[in-house]
Amino acid sequence: MSLADDHTSTADRLLTARGLRKSFGENEVLRGIDLTLHRGEVVVLIGPSGSGKTTVLRALNGLETPDAGEIVVAGGPDIDFAPTERVPARVQKQKRLALRDRSAMVFQHHNLFPHLTVLQNVIEGPWRVQGRPKAEVVAEAQALLARVGLADKADARPHELSGGQQQRVGIVRALALRPDLLLFDEPTSALDPELVGEVLLVIKELADDGWSMVVVTHELSFAREAADHVLFMDGGVVIEQGSPGQLFGAPQHERTKRFLTRILRPLDGD
Amino acid sequence: MENPWQLFLDSLGPIALAGVTVTVPLALLSFALGLVIAILVALMRISVNPIVSGIARFYISVIRGTPMLVQLFVIFYGLPSIGVTLDPWPSAVIALSLNVGGYAAEVVRAAILSVPKGQWEAAYTVGMNRTRTLTRVILPQAARVSVPPLSNTFISLVKDTSLASLILVTELFKVAQQIAAATLEFMVVYLAAALVYWVICLVLSFGQSALERRLDRHVAR
Repeated sequence: MSLADDHTSTADRLLTARGLRKSFGENEVLRGIDLTLHRGEVVVLIGPSGSGKTTVLRALNGLETPDAGEIVVAGGPDIDFAPTERVPARVQKQKRLALRDRSAMVFQHHNLFPHLTVLQNVIEGPWRVQGRPKAEVVAEAQALLARVGLADKADARPHELSGGQQQRVGIVRALALRPDLLLFDEPTSALDPELVGEVLLVIKELADDGWSMVVVTHELSFAREAADHVLFMDGGVVIEQGSPGQLFGAPQHERTKRFLTRILRPLDGD
Repeated sequence: MENPWQLFLDSLGPIALAGVTVTVPLALLSFALGLVIAILVALMRISVNPIVSGIARFYISVIRGTPMLVQLFVIFYGLPSIGVTLDPWPSAVIALSLNVGGYAAEVVRAAILSVPKGQWEAAYTVGMNRTRTLTRVILPQAARVSVPPLSNTFISLVKDTSLASLILVTELFKVAQQIAAATLEFMVVYLAAALVYWVICLVLSFGQSALERRLDRHVAR
């Protein structure tokens, strides 16, 4: 029995998001999103651009405050975004910060700090912010860099690296925070095609190592291989979800089918 | 009458001395204080609190909308009538700092806004708070962008210090005026003063280029 089959079980559940709603002005981006993730699971969000995938991820990292809904992370925090409840902004902010402590984000455009070296980029969070001993943090950072094949780039500046290398540093920067949950926001969308593989490979290895992660991506082959559970979003709602086998092999909804066809056979038209 | 060329050379000495001992320190001190004011005002200006940003907006508007000379006179000649009497030198430093603060605030604000939003988010996601994000991530990057426009501000300031002669600060131009009054060779003496200002500004321009190269080492352009 695969993990995806008992995806609704509450045992060892790391993350539960319920009824997330978010509007930007008139534009309702999230219209009630539910999402669960168990420890060690890889959940992949797919869907057309503008479907709200990235907003879900940003809400999970506390970069965006939903208008309604709740996010529960095992061991805290437990955030209720109910709009009726008069929660002081300060308390909401503290909760969002607590949420941020549990997760780490890898951005579409790596967003490395250009004026710092690779090593400084990586240790900034664990050393300067989390206050862990510098020697320990540096050793761990170097081990992580070595792991993604960048042992010799510790003293380089981000602009001296290729796009794929930059994104691997972005991943290491996230790992160094020792998060419970890794969030990937289209980590390969900004890369030249020949550099996509090296980044996906690193993410796949992390998945195999048991990291819990939510990945927004258009790389369906990656989703097929690495995901335990795939959600197809469109128009701010989850249209369909299931194991990669179910979703890619036998999609139930017309919109899912059309999306998959467009991605897999872009020249066919519909 | 003395040989004009000889007078030119003779007056260069005291004028340059006043430049080095009064004009340059006055400009440096006022610029340093002005920059601190500018960063604070720029941060207030981008604040989401409308009162805070309103105060900053008002300050910038008043500074940019009134002549430097009037600002100097208000502080030196105006303040004593409400019981605050300041010496020429501190009056000049205060007026020039406030002036630079107003102009440079807009430069600093633009530079801060030029740093991509993703840098703020990346800093937040590694756990930094707003203050640390500013000092560690945003301002270092904004610094590079603001060097050329701030250099312009500084060069203007060096020349604006000549206005301090009107509130009795014995700076470069005041010394030139004194020599001119004694010799009546206005052309020669004021050309000597112009030369000294020009040399000071040339040196500053070289400093600007060196600073830009230094900051460029870290970032691809």
